[in-house]
Amino acid sequence: MVGNMSYGLQKRILIILFLLVPIALLATFALYPAAYLVYLSFMTWDGFSPEKTWAGLANYKEVFESKEVWAAFGHNFVYLGWGLLQNALGLAFALLLNSRLKGRNAYRVMLFMPYIMNGVAVAYMFNYVFNSEYGSFNTLLRGMGLDSLAISWFGSPKAVNHVLGFITLWKFMGLNMVIYLAALQSVPSEIEEAARIDGASRFQAILHVVLPNITKVIELNLFLTIIGTLEIFDLPFILTGGGPLGASDTFLTKTVATAFKFNNFGMASAMSVTLIAAVVVVLSVQRLVTRRWSN
Amino acid sequence: MTAKRFGPVSLIKHAILWAAVAMIVFPPYVLVLNAFKSKEEFSQTSVFKLPDSFLNFDNFVSVMTRAHLDRAYRNTVIIIAVAVIGNVALGTMVAYILGRFDFKLKKAVMGAYIAVSFVPTITTQVATFTVVHNLHLYNTLWASIVLHLGTNVLQIFIYLQFLSNIPKELDEAAMMEGASLFRIYRTIIFPLLAPATATIVIIKTIDIYNDMFIPYLYMPAQKLTVVSTSLMNFSSERSTEWELMSAAILMIMVPIVALYLFFQKYVFAGIVNGAVK
Repeated sequence: MVGNMSYGLQKRILIILFLLVPIALLATFALYPAAYLVYLSFMTWDGFSPEKTWAGLANYKEVFESKEVWAAFGHNFVYLGWGLLQNALGLAFALLLNSRLKGRNAYRVMLFMPYIMNGVAVAYMFNYVFNSEYGSFNTLLRGMGLDSLAISWFGSPKAVNHVLGFITLWKFMGLNMVIYLAALQSVPSEIEEAARIDGASRFQAILHVVLPNITKVIELNLFLTIIGTLEIFDLPFILTGGGPLGASDTFLTKTVATAFKFNNFGMASAMSVTLIAAVVVVLSVQRLVTRRWSN
Repeated sequence: MTAKRFGPVSLIKHAILWAAVAMIVFPPYVLVLNAFKSKEEFSQTSVFKLPDSFLNFDNFVSVMTRAHLDRAYRNTVIIIAVAVIGNVALGTMVAYILGRFDFKLKKAVMGAYIAVSFVPTITTQVATFTVVHNLHLYNTLWASIVLHLGTNVLQIFIYLQFLSNIPKELDEAAMMEGASLFRIYRTIIFPLLAPATATIVIIKTIDIYNDMFIPYLYMPAQKLTVVSTSLMNFSSERSTEWELMSAAILMIMVPIVALYLFFQKYVFAGIVNGAVK
Protein backbone atom coordinates (compact mmCIF):
# COMPACT_ATOMS: atom_id res chain seq x y z
CA MET A 1 0.00 0.00 0.00
CA VAL A 2 1.09 3.58 0.59
CA GLY A 3 3.86 2.38 2.86
CA ASN A 4 5.44 0.49 0.00
CA MET A 5 5.52 3.47 -2.31
CA SER A 6 8.78 5.33 -2.64
CA TYR A 7 8.76 8.80 -1.07
CA GLY A 8 9.41 10.30 -4.50
CA LEU A 9 6.21 8.83 -5.89
CA GLN A 10 4.26 9.64 -2.72
CA LYS A 11 5.44 13.23 -2.93
CA ARG A 12 4.19 13.59 -6.51
CA ILE A 13 0.81 12.09 -5.72
CA LEU A 14 0.41 14.17 -2.57
CA ILE A 15 1.29 17.43 -4.33
CA ILE A 16 -1.37 16.76 -6.96
CA LEU A 17 -4.00 15.53 -4.48
CA PHE A 18 -3.50 18.32 -1.96
CA LEU A 19 -3.41 21.14 -4.50
CA LEU A 20 -6.21 19.87 -6.74
CA VAL A 21 -9.21 21.32 -4.87
CA PRO A 22 -7.56 24.58 -3.69
CA ILE A 23 -6.27 25.34 -7.18
CA ALA A 24 -9.62 24.43 -8.74
CA LEU A 25 -11.37 26.85 -6.35
CA LEU A 26 -8.79 29.56 -7.01
CA ALA A 27 -9.14 29.12 -10.77
CA THR A 28 -12.95 28.99 -10.78
CA PHE A 29 -13.75 31.80 -8.36
CA ALA A 30 -10.78 34.13 -8.65
CA LEU A 31 -8.54 33.68 -11.70
CA TYR A 32 -11.26 32.93 -14.26
CA PRO A 33 -13.58 35.76 -13.09
CA ALA A 34 -10.65 38.18 -13.24
CA ALA A 35 -9.88 37.16 -16.83
CA TYR A 36 -13.57 37.07 -17.74
CA LEU A 37 -13.92 40.57 -16.29
CA VAL A 38 -11.27 41.88 -18.69
CA TYR A 39 -13.05 40.13 -21.59
CA LEU A 40 -16.44 41.56 -20.57
CA SER A 41 -14.99 45.04 -20.38
CA PHE A 42 -14.59 44.96 -24.18
CA MET A 43 -18.15 43.73 -24.74
CA THR A 44 -21.65 45.15 -24.75
CA TRP A 45 -23.76 42.85 -22.57
CA ASP A 46 -26.85 43.15 -20.38
CA GLY A 47 -25.92 40.29 -18.05
CA PHE A 48 -28.45 37.67 -19.17
CA SER A 49 -29.05 37.63 -22.93
CA PRO A 50 -26.96 35.08 -24.85
CA GLU A 51 -25.75 37.83 -27.19
CA LYS A 52 -22.56 39.72 -26.40
CA THR A 53 -21.27 42.14 -28.99
CA TRP A 54 -17.74 43.47 -29.37
CA ALA A 55 -17.48 47.02 -28.13
CA GLY A 56 -13.76 47.63 -28.32
CA LEU A 57 -12.68 50.46 -26.04
CA ALA A 58 -16.15 52.03 -26.01
CA ASN A 59 -16.84 50.96 -22.40
CA TYR A 60 -13.59 52.48 -21.15
CA LYS A 61 -14.31 55.62 -23.14
CA GLU A 62 -17.73 55.80 -21.49
CA VAL A 63 -16.18 55.34 -18.02
CA PHE A 64 -13.61 58.09 -18.47
CA GLU A 65 -16.04 60.51 -20.11
CA SER A 66 -18.86 60.01 -17.60
CA LYS A 67 -19.27 62.99 -15.30
CA GLU A 68 -21.18 60.84 -12.82
CA VAL A 69 -18.30 58.36 -12.52
CA TRP A 70 -15.80 61.17 -11.94
CA ALA A 71 -18.11 62.76 -9.37
CA ALA A 72 -18.45 59.43 -7.56
CA PHE A 73 -14.67 58.98 -7.66
CA GLY A 74 -14.31 62.46 -6.21
CA HIS A 75 -16.34 61.36 -3.18
CA ASN A 76 -13.71 58.70 -2.45
CA PHE A 77 -11.29 61.56 -1.72
CA VAL A 78 -13.48 62.75 1.15
CA TYR A 79 -12.97 59.30 2.69
CA LEU A 80 -9.24 59.63 2.05
CA GLY A 81 -9.19 62.81 4.14
CA TRP A 82 -10.93 61.02 7.01
CA GLY A 83 -8.62 58.04 6.44
CA LEU A 84 -5.54 60.20 6.99
CA LEU A 85 -7.02 61.53 10.24
CA GLN A 86 -7.83 57.93 11.17
CA ASN A 87 -4.17 57.02 10.68
CA ALA A 88 -2.95 59.94 12.77
CA LEU A 89 -5.34 58.98 15.59
CA GLY A 90 -4.37 55.31 15.27
CA LEU A 91 -0.71 56.22 15.69
CA ALA A 92 -1.44 58.61 18.58
CA PHE A 93 -3.42 55.99 20.50
CA ALA A 94 -0.80 53.35 19.77
CA LEU A 95 1.85 55.64 21.28
CA LEU A 96 -0.37 56.21 24.33
CA LEU A 97 -0.91 52.49 24.81
CA ASN A 98 2.76 51.70 24.27
CA SER A 99 3.64 53.40 27.53
CA ARG A 100 3.30 51.85 30.93
CA LEU A 101 -0.34 52.33 31.72
CA LYS A 102 -2.85 50.57 33.89
CA GLY A 103 -5.50 48.71 31.92
CA ARG A 104 -3.87 49.18 28.54
CA ASN A 105 -5.09 45.85 27.22
CA ALA A 106 -8.67 46.75 28.14
CA TYR A 107 -8.31 50.03 26.24
CA ARG A 108 -6.88 48.19 23.24
CA VAL A 109 -9.76 45.70 23.26
CA MET A 110 -12.34 48.49 23.43
CA LEU A 111 -10.82 50.72 20.75
CA PHE A 112 -10.42 47.81 18.33
CA MET A 113 -13.95 46.49 18.87
CA PRO A 114 -15.74 48.43 16.08
CA TYR A 115 -13.52 46.72 13.51
CA ILE A 116 -15.01 43.28 14.23
CA MET A 117 -18.62 44.49 14.40
CA ASN A 118 -21.08 43.52 11.67
CA GLY A 119 -20.94 46.25 9.00
CA VAL A 120 -24.67 46.18 8.32
CA ALA A 121 -25.46 46.51 12.03
CA VAL A 122 -22.97 49.39 12.36
CA ALA A 123 -24.52 51.16 9.38
CA TYR A 124 -28.06 51.00 10.79
CA MET A 125 -26.80 51.93 14.24
CA PHE A 126 -25.37 55.18 12.86
CA ASN A 127 -28.57 55.74 10.92
CA TYR A 128 -30.10 56.32 14.35
CA VAL A 129 -27.19 58.41 15.57
CA PHE A 130 -27.44 60.83 12.64
CA ASN A 131 -31.20 60.80 12.01
CA SER A 132 -32.26 64.43 11.67
CA GLU A 133 -35.28 64.38 13.99
CA TYR A 134 -34.77 61.76 16.68
CA GLY A 135 -31.09 60.91 16.18
CA SER A 136 -28.98 60.85 19.33
CA PHE A 137 -26.43 63.26 17.84
CA ASN A 138 -28.98 65.94 16.99
CA THR A 139 -30.70 65.40 20.34
CA LEU A 140 -27.33 66.03 21.95
CA LEU A 141 -26.76 69.17 19.85
CA ARG A 142 -30.21 70.54 20.70
CA GLY A 143 -29.61 69.76 24.35
CA MET A 144 -26.54 72.00 24.19
CA GLY A 145 -28.54 74.76 22.49
CA LEU A 146 -26.86 74.25 19.14
CA ASP A 147 -30.11 73.82 17.20
CA SER A 148 -28.74 75.40 14.04
CA LEU A 149 -26.11 72.65 13.77
CA ALA A 150 -28.68 69.88 13.99
CA ILE A 151 -29.11 69.41 10.24
CA SER A 152 -30.27 66.45 8.18
CA TRP A 153 -26.92 64.67 7.99
CA PHE A 154 -27.78 62.11 5.34
CA GLY A 155 -29.97 64.53 3.40
CA SER A 156 -27.33 67.18 2.87
CA PRO A 157 -25.19 66.58 -0.24
CA LYS A 158 -22.34 68.48 1.40
CA ALA A 159 -22.39 66.69 4.75
CA VAL A 160 -23.30 63.16 3.73
CA ASN A 161 -19.83 61.99 2.62
CA HIS A 162 -18.23 63.48 5.73
CA VAL A 163 -20.70 61.66 7.95
CA LEU A 164 -19.93 58.40 6.14
CA GLY A 165 -16.20 59.20 6.34
CA PHE A 166 -16.53 59.72 10.08
CA ILE A 167 -18.31 56.37 10.50
CA THR A 168 -15.49 54.74 8.54
CA LEU A 169 -12.99 56.33 10.92
CA TRP A 170 -15.01 55.09 13.89
CA LYS A 171 -14.92 51.54 12.54
CA PHE A 172 -11.34 51.31 11.26
CA MET A 173 -9.22 53.47 13.59
CA GLY A 174 -8.65 50.49 15.87
CA LEU A 175 -7.19 48.45 13.03
CA ASN A 176 -4.54 51.09 12.33
CA MET A 177 -3.91 51.40 16.07
CA VAL A 178 -3.35 47.67 16.57
CA ILE A 179 -0.93 47.48 13.63
CA TYR A 180 1.01 50.55 14.89
CA LEU A 181 1.05 49.13 18.41
CA ALA A 182 2.53 45.83 17.22
CA ALA A 183 5.24 47.76 15.37
CA LEU A 184 6.00 49.97 18.38
CA GLN A 185 6.30 46.95 20.65
CA SER A 186 8.96 45.51 18.37
CA VAL A 187 11.10 48.63 18.83
CA PRO A 188 13.46 47.80 21.73
CA SER A 189 12.68 50.09 24.68
CA GLU A 190 16.43 50.55 25.30
CA ILE A 191 16.60 52.83 22.25
CA GLU A 192 14.11 55.25 23.73
CA GLU A 193 15.61 54.99 27.19
CA ALA A 194 19.08 55.78 25.82
CA ALA A 195 17.73 58.91 24.13
CA ARG A 196 16.04 59.92 27.39
CA ILE A 197 19.29 59.49 29.31
CA ASP A 198 20.98 61.72 26.74
CA GLY A 199 18.51 64.43 27.75
CA ALA A 200 15.79 64.11 25.11
CA SER A 201 12.21 64.77 26.19
CA ARG A 202 9.64 62.04 25.76
CA PHE A 203 8.26 63.88 22.72
CA GLN A 204 11.71 64.32 21.14
CA ALA A 205 12.57 60.69 21.78
CA ILE A 206 9.39 59.57 20.02
CA LEU A 207 9.86 61.93 17.09
CA HIS A 208 13.54 61.29 16.43
CA VAL A 209 14.14 57.79 17.71
CA VAL A 210 10.93 55.72 17.85
CA LEU A 211 9.04 56.88 14.74
CA PRO A 212 12.01 56.49 12.32
CA ASN A 213 12.08 52.85 13.43
CA ILE A 214 8.55 52.21 12.24
CA THR A 215 8.46 54.18 8.96
CA LYS A 216 7.75 50.99 7.03
CA VAL A 217 4.64 50.28 9.08
CA ILE A 218 3.48 53.89 8.78
CA GLU A 219 3.76 53.52 5.01
CA LEU A 220 1.99 50.19 5.11
CA ASN A 221 -0.90 51.69 7.06
CA LEU A 222 -1.12 54.67 4.71
CA PHE A 223 -1.26 52.44 1.66
CA LEU A 224 -3.84 50.19 3.31
CA THR A 225 -5.88 53.34 3.93
CA ILE A 226 -5.55 54.57 0.34
CA ILE A 227 -6.64 51.19 -1.03
CA GLY A 228 -9.43 51.01 1.55
CA THR A 229 -10.78 54.41 0.45
CA LEU A 230 -10.69 53.36 -3.22
CA GLU A 231 -12.84 50.39 -2.25
CA ILE A 232 -15.46 52.14 -0.07
CA PHE A 233 -18.75 50.37 -0.67
CA ASP A 234 -20.78 48.95 2.25
CA LEU A 235 -21.70 52.13 4.12
CA PRO A 236 -23.11 54.22 1.26
CA PHE A 237 -24.66 51.09 -0.28
CA ILE A 238 -26.60 50.30 2.91
CA LEU A 239 -27.21 53.75 4.38
CA THR A 240 -27.86 56.13 1.50
CA GLY A 241 -27.95 54.02 -1.65
CA GLY A 242 -25.71 56.72 -3.13
CA GLY A 243 -28.23 59.47 -2.43
CA PRO A 244 -29.34 62.17 -2.18
CA LEU A 245 -29.20 62.35 -6.00
CA GLY A 246 -25.87 60.55 -6.27
CA ALA A 247 -24.18 62.84 -3.72
CA SER A 248 -22.77 59.88 -1.78
CA ASP A 249 -22.02 57.52 -4.66
CA THR A 250 -18.54 56.07 -4.61
CA PHE A 251 -16.69 54.44 -7.47
CA LEU A 252 -17.75 50.97 -6.30
CA THR A 253 -21.41 51.70 -5.53
CA LYS A 254 -21.57 53.20 -9.02
CA THR A 255 -19.94 50.06 -10.47
CA VAL A 256 -22.36 47.72 -8.71
CA ALA A 257 -25.37 49.83 -9.74
CA THR A 258 -24.15 49.91 -13.35
CA ALA A 259 -24.05 46.12 -13.40
CA PHE A 260 -26.93 44.94 -11.26
CA LYS A 261 -29.34 47.87 -11.51
CA PHE A 262 -28.79 49.15 -15.04
CA ASN A 263 -27.67 45.78 -16.48
CA ASN A 264 -24.70 47.35 -18.24
CA PHE A 265 -22.19 44.60 -17.49
CA GLY A 266 -19.73 45.80 -20.11
CA MET A 267 -19.29 49.24 -18.59
CA ALA A 268 -19.34 47.84 -15.04
CA SER A 269 -16.52 45.46 -16.00
CA ALA A 270 -14.54 48.33 -17.48
CA MET A 271 -15.02 50.24 -14.19
CA SER A 272 -13.87 47.21 -12.17
CA VAL A 273 -10.78 46.74 -14.32
CA THR A 274 -9.99 50.44 -13.94
CA LEU A 275 -10.26 50.16 -10.15
CA ILE A 276 -8.06 47.05 -10.03
CA ALA A 277 -5.52 48.89 -12.20
CA ALA A 278 -5.59 51.78 -9.71
CA VAL A 279 -5.00 49.40 -6.78
CA VAL A 280 -2.07 47.77 -8.61
CA VAL A 281 -0.56 51.21 -9.33
CA VAL A 282 -0.85 52.19 -5.65
CA LEU A 283 0.74 48.90 -4.57
CA SER A 284 3.58 49.29 -7.08
CA VAL A 285 4.29 52.76 -5.77
CA GLN A 286 4.38 51.28 -2.27
CA ARG A 287 6.89 48.63 -3.39
CA LEU A 288 9.09 51.32 -4.93
CA VAL A 289 8.94 53.50 -1.83
CA THR A 290 9.65 50.56 0.48
CA ARG A 291 12.62 49.53 -1.63
CA ARG A 292 14.01 53.05 -1.42
CA TRP A 293 13.89 52.80 2.38
CA SER A 294 15.58 49.43 2.59
CA ASN A 295 18.47 50.58 0.36
CA MET B 1 9.04 54.78 32.87
CA THR B 2 9.44 58.15 34.60
CA ALA B 3 5.72 58.89 34.70
CA LYS B 4 4.40 57.97 38.10
CA ARG B 5 1.47 55.64 38.35
CA PHE B 6 -0.97 58.36 39.32
CA GLY B 7 1.00 61.37 38.12
CA PRO B 8 -0.66 64.12 36.07
CA VAL B 9 0.69 62.68 32.80
CA SER B 10 -0.94 59.33 33.31
CA LEU B 11 -4.16 61.02 34.42
CA ILE B 12 -4.27 62.95 31.14
CA LYS B 13 -3.61 59.74 29.24
CA HIS B 14 -6.47 57.99 31.00
CA ALA B 15 -8.76 60.95 30.32
CA ILE B 16 -7.98 60.89 26.58
CA LEU B 17 -8.46 57.13 26.39
CA TRP B 18 -11.73 57.31 28.31
CA ALA B 19 -12.97 59.96 25.88
CA ALA B 20 -12.13 57.65 22.97
CA VAL B 21 -13.82 54.68 24.64
CA ALA B 22 -16.88 56.88 25.22
CA MET B 23 -17.00 57.66 21.49
CA ILE B 24 -16.91 53.94 20.72
CA VAL B 25 -19.51 52.98 23.31
CA PHE B 26 -21.94 55.86 22.77
CA PRO B 27 -23.83 54.53 19.68
CA PRO B 28 -24.32 50.97 21.03
CA TYR B 29 -25.21 52.40 24.46
CA VAL B 30 -28.10 54.38 22.94
CA LEU B 31 -29.26 51.19 21.21
CA VAL B 32 -29.25 49.33 24.53
CA LEU B 33 -31.31 52.09 26.18
CA ASN B 34 -33.98 52.01 23.48
CA ALA B 35 -34.15 48.31 22.72
CA PHE B 36 -35.82 47.79 26.11
CA LYS B 37 -38.51 50.45 25.63
CA SER B 38 -42.08 49.81 24.56
CA LYS B 39 -43.46 51.65 21.54
CA GLU B 40 -45.25 54.23 23.70
CA GLU B 41 -42.35 54.62 26.05
CA PHE B 42 -40.03 55.27 23.11
CA SER B 43 -42.25 57.93 21.53
CA GLN B 44 -42.77 59.75 24.82
CA THR B 45 -39.24 59.84 26.24
CA SER B 46 -35.84 61.13 25.19
CA VAL B 47 -33.54 58.64 23.47
CA PHE B 48 -31.13 59.14 26.38
CA LYS B 49 -33.58 58.22 29.09
CA LEU B 50 -33.18 54.86 30.79
CA PRO B 51 -35.94 52.36 29.98
CA ASP B 52 -38.53 51.61 32.65
CA SER B 53 -37.19 48.12 32.91
CA PHE B 54 -34.20 46.28 31.54
CA LEU B 55 -36.25 43.11 31.84
CA ASN B 56 -38.65 44.07 29.06
CA PHE B 57 -37.52 41.62 26.36
CA ASP B 58 -40.65 42.08 24.20
CA ASN B 59 -38.76 43.76 21.36
CA PHE B 60 -36.18 40.99 21.22
CA VAL B 61 -38.84 38.29 21.17
CA SER B 62 -40.81 40.16 18.54
CA VAL B 63 -37.73 40.69 16.32
CA MET B 64 -36.75 37.05 16.59
CA THR B 65 -39.98 35.95 14.92
CA ARG B 66 -40.70 38.93 12.66
CA ALA B 67 -37.18 39.20 11.19
CA HIS B 68 -36.85 35.39 11.17
CA LEU B 69 -33.60 35.70 13.06
CA ASP B 70 -33.70 32.06 14.13
CA ARG B 71 -33.46 31.07 10.47
CA ALA B 72 -30.80 33.69 9.81
CA TYR B 73 -28.64 32.42 12.70
CA ARG B 74 -29.08 28.85 11.53
CA ASN B 75 -28.10 29.63 7.92
CA THR B 76 -25.12 31.66 9.08
CA VAL B 77 -23.93 28.90 11.40
CA ILE B 78 -24.26 26.26 8.66
CA ILE B 79 -22.25 28.37 6.22
CA ILE B 80 -19.58 29.12 8.83
CA ALA B 81 -19.29 25.49 9.96
CA VAL B 82 -18.91 24.00 6.48
CA ALA B 83 -16.77 26.79 5.04
CA VAL B 84 -14.41 27.04 8.03
CA ILE B 85 -13.82 23.28 8.31
CA GLY B 86 -13.16 23.02 4.58
CA ASN B 87 -11.05 26.13 4.61
CA VAL B 88 -8.80 24.86 7.42
CA ALA B 89 -8.38 21.49 5.69
CA LEU B 90 -7.45 23.13 2.38
CA GLY B 91 -5.29 25.81 3.99
CA THR B 92 -3.17 23.32 5.96
CA MET B 93 -2.83 21.10 2.89
CA VAL B 94 -1.60 23.94 0.68
CA ALA B 95 0.76 25.16 3.40
CA TYR B 96 2.17 21.64 3.94
CA ILE B 97 2.89 21.25 0.22
CA LEU B 98 4.36 24.75 -0.19
CA GLY B 99 6.32 24.61 3.06
CA ARG B 100 7.84 21.15 2.85
CA PHE B 101 8.30 20.24 -0.83
CA ASP B 102 10.05 21.68 -3.86
CA PHE B 103 8.44 21.30 -7.24
CA LYS B 104 8.36 23.04 -10.59
CA LEU B 105 5.19 25.07 -10.27
CA LYS B 106 5.66 26.09 -6.63
CA LYS B 107 6.45 29.71 -7.45
CA ALA B 108 3.50 29.88 -9.88
CA VAL B 109 1.07 28.62 -7.22
CA MET B 110 2.32 31.12 -4.65
CA GLY B 111 2.31 33.86 -7.28
CA ALA B 112 -1.31 33.14 -8.22
CA TYR B 113 -2.44 33.47 -4.60
CA ILE B 114 -0.52 36.74 -4.20
CA ALA B 115 -1.84 38.15 -7.50
CA VAL B 116 -5.42 37.34 -6.57
CA SER B 117 -5.04 39.10 -3.21
CA PHE B 118 -4.58 42.41 -5.06
CA VAL B 119 -8.01 42.15 -6.64
CA PRO B 120 -10.79 43.54 -4.42
CA THR B 121 -13.54 40.90 -4.07
CA ILE B 122 -16.45 43.16 -4.91
CA THR B 123 -14.98 44.25 -8.24
CA THR B 124 -14.91 40.74 -9.70
CA GLN B 125 -18.47 39.87 -8.64
CA VAL B 126 -19.68 41.22 -11.98
CA ALA B 127 -17.89 38.25 -13.57
CA THR B 128 -18.21 35.79 -10.65
CA PHE B 129 -21.97 36.25 -10.87
CA THR B 130 -21.99 34.42 -14.22
CA VAL B 131 -19.81 31.61 -12.85
CA VAL B 132 -22.07 31.08 -9.83
CA HIS B 133 -25.11 31.03 -12.13
CA ASN B 134 -23.60 28.52 -14.53
CA LEU B 135 -22.62 26.19 -11.67
CA HIS B 136 -26.26 26.30 -10.48
CA LEU B 137 -25.18 27.63 -7.10
CA TYR B 138 -27.39 30.73 -7.33
CA ASN B 139 -29.92 30.85 -4.49
CA THR B 140 -28.35 28.01 -2.54
CA LEU B 141 -26.31 28.15 0.67
CA TRP B 142 -23.48 26.63 -1.39
CA ALA B 143 -22.89 29.97 -3.12
CA SER B 144 -21.65 31.50 0.13
CA ILE B 145 -19.91 28.30 1.29
CA VAL B 146 -17.96 27.80 -1.91
CA LEU B 147 -16.93 31.47 -2.16
CA HIS B 148 -15.52 31.36 1.40
CA LEU B 149 -13.98 27.91 1.11
CA GLY B 150 -10.83 28.70 -0.82
CA THR B 151 -7.64 29.55 1.03
CA ASN B 152 -5.96 32.92 0.62
CA VAL B 153 -2.54 34.46 0.82
CA LEU B 154 -2.96 35.70 4.41
CA GLN B 155 -3.92 32.25 5.65
CA ILE B 156 -1.06 30.60 3.74
CA PHE B 157 1.44 33.08 5.20
CA ILE B 158 0.24 32.45 8.76
CA TYR B 159 0.45 28.68 8.27
CA LEU B 160 3.85 28.80 6.54
CA GLN B 161 5.24 30.85 9.40
CA PHE B 162 4.10 28.27 11.96
CA LEU B 163 5.22 25.42 9.71
CA SER B 164 8.76 26.79 9.52
CA ASN B 165 8.92 26.45 13.31
CA ILE B 166 8.05 22.74 13.20
CA PRO B 167 11.45 21.01 12.96
CA LYS B 168 11.95 18.97 9.79
CA GLU B 169 13.59 16.32 11.98
CA LEU B 170 10.11 15.33 13.15
CA ASP B 171 9.12 14.53 9.56
CA GLU B 172 12.39 12.66 9.04
CA ALA B 173 12.03 10.62 12.20
CA ALA B 174 8.54 9.57 11.12
CA MET B 175 9.85 8.66 7.67
CA MET B 176 12.53 6.46 9.27
CA GLU B 177 9.70 4.54 10.88
CA GLY B 178 8.03 4.16 7.50
CA ALA B 179 5.17 6.62 7.95
CA SER B 180 3.56 7.79 4.70
CA LEU B 181 3.64 11.49 3.83
CA PHE B 182 -0.11 11.69 4.29
CA ARG B 183 0.28 10.18 7.76
CA ILE B 184 2.95 12.78 8.57
CA TYR B 185 0.55 15.55 7.52
CA ARG B 186 -2.30 14.07 9.54
CA THR B 187 -0.49 13.06 12.74
CA ILE B 188 2.36 15.61 12.97
CA ILE B 189 1.82 18.71 10.83
CA PHE B 190 -1.91 19.24 11.24
CA PRO B 191 -1.96 18.91 15.07
CA LEU B 192 1.13 21.10 15.49
CA LEU B 193 -0.47 23.84 13.38
CA ALA B 194 -3.33 24.05 15.92
CA PRO B 195 -2.42 27.50 17.33
CA ALA B 196 -2.44 28.98 13.82
CA THR B 197 -5.67 27.13 13.07
CA ALA B 198 -7.30 28.66 16.14
CA THR B 199 -6.44 32.14 14.88
CA ILE B 200 -7.69 31.36 11.38
CA VAL B 201 -10.95 29.82 12.62
CA ILE B 202 -11.75 32.94 14.64
CA ILE B 203 -10.80 35.41 11.89
CA LYS B 204 -12.67 33.44 9.24
CA THR B 205 -15.77 33.11 11.45
CA ILE B 206 -15.85 36.89 11.95
CA ASP B 207 -15.35 37.43 8.20
CA ILE B 208 -18.21 35.17 7.16
CA TYR B 209 -20.57 36.38 9.91
CA ASN B 210 -20.01 39.98 8.83
CA ASP B 211 -20.18 39.31 5.08
CA MET B 212 -23.03 41.17 3.44
CA PHE B 213 -22.43 41.35 -0.30
CA ILE B 214 -22.13 37.66 -1.17
CA PRO B 215 -25.39 36.60 0.53
CA TYR B 216 -27.10 39.76 -0.75
CA LEU B 217 -26.10 39.04 -4.33
CA TYR B 218 -26.30 35.26 -4.52
CA MET B 219 -28.92 34.24 -1.95
CA PRO B 220 -31.89 36.61 -2.29
CA ALA B 221 -34.44 33.88 -1.40
CA GLN B 222 -36.26 34.54 1.90
CA LYS B 223 -35.40 31.15 3.35
CA LEU B 224 -31.66 31.70 2.71
CA THR B 225 -31.17 34.97 4.59
CA VAL B 226 -28.14 35.22 6.86
CA VAL B 227 -27.68 37.69 9.74
CA SER B 228 -26.61 40.63 7.55
CA THR B 229 -29.30 40.23 4.92
CA SER B 230 -32.07 39.54 7.44
CA LEU B 231 -31.24 42.86 9.11
CA MET B 232 -31.36 44.60 5.72
CA ASN B 233 -34.76 43.06 4.95
CA PHE B 234 -36.10 43.93 8.38
CA SER B 235 -34.91 47.52 8.05
CA SER B 236 -36.62 47.99 4.69
CA GLU B 237 -39.91 47.01 6.36
CA ARG B 238 -39.62 48.65 9.74
CA SER B 239 -36.94 51.30 9.73
CA THR B 240 -39.29 53.72 11.50
CA GLU B 241 -39.85 51.46 14.52
CA TRP B 242 -36.69 52.37 16.36
CA GLU B 243 -37.20 50.30 19.46
CA LEU B 244 -37.56 47.18 17.29
CA MET B 245 -34.64 48.08 15.04
CA SER B 246 -32.45 48.78 18.10
CA ALA B 247 -33.16 45.29 19.37
CA ALA B 248 -32.55 43.78 15.92
CA ILE B 249 -29.20 45.57 15.49
CA LEU B 250 -28.06 44.43 18.95
CA MET B 251 -29.04 40.84 18.22
CA ILE B 252 -26.86 40.88 15.08
CA MET B 253 -24.00 42.74 16.75
CA VAL B 254 -23.66 41.02 20.11
CA PRO B 255 -22.73 37.42 19.15
CA ILE B 256 -19.59 38.40 17.27
CA VAL B 257 -18.58 40.97 19.91
CA ALA B 258 -18.89 38.23 22.54
CA LEU B 259 -16.78 35.89 20.42
CA TYR B 260 -14.18 38.64 20.05
CA LEU B 261 -14.03 39.41 23.77
CA PHE B 262 -13.62 35.70 24.48
CA PHE B 263 -10.94 35.02 21.88
CA GLN B 264 -9.26 38.44 21.56
CA LYS B 265 -5.78 36.92 21.76
CA TYR B 266 -6.35 34.98 18.53
CA VAL B 267 -7.99 37.93 16.77
CA PHE B 268 -5.01 40.19 17.48
CA ALA B 269 -2.55 37.46 16.45
CA GLY B 270 -4.32 37.13 13.10
CA ILE B 271 -4.58 40.86 12.45
CA VAL B 272 -0.96 41.57 13.32
CA ASN B 273 0.37 38.61 11.35
CA GLY B 274 -1.68 39.55 8.35
CA ALA B 275 -0.66 43.18 8.29
CA VAL B 276 3.02 42.93 9.03
CA LYS B 277 3.73 40.23 6.42
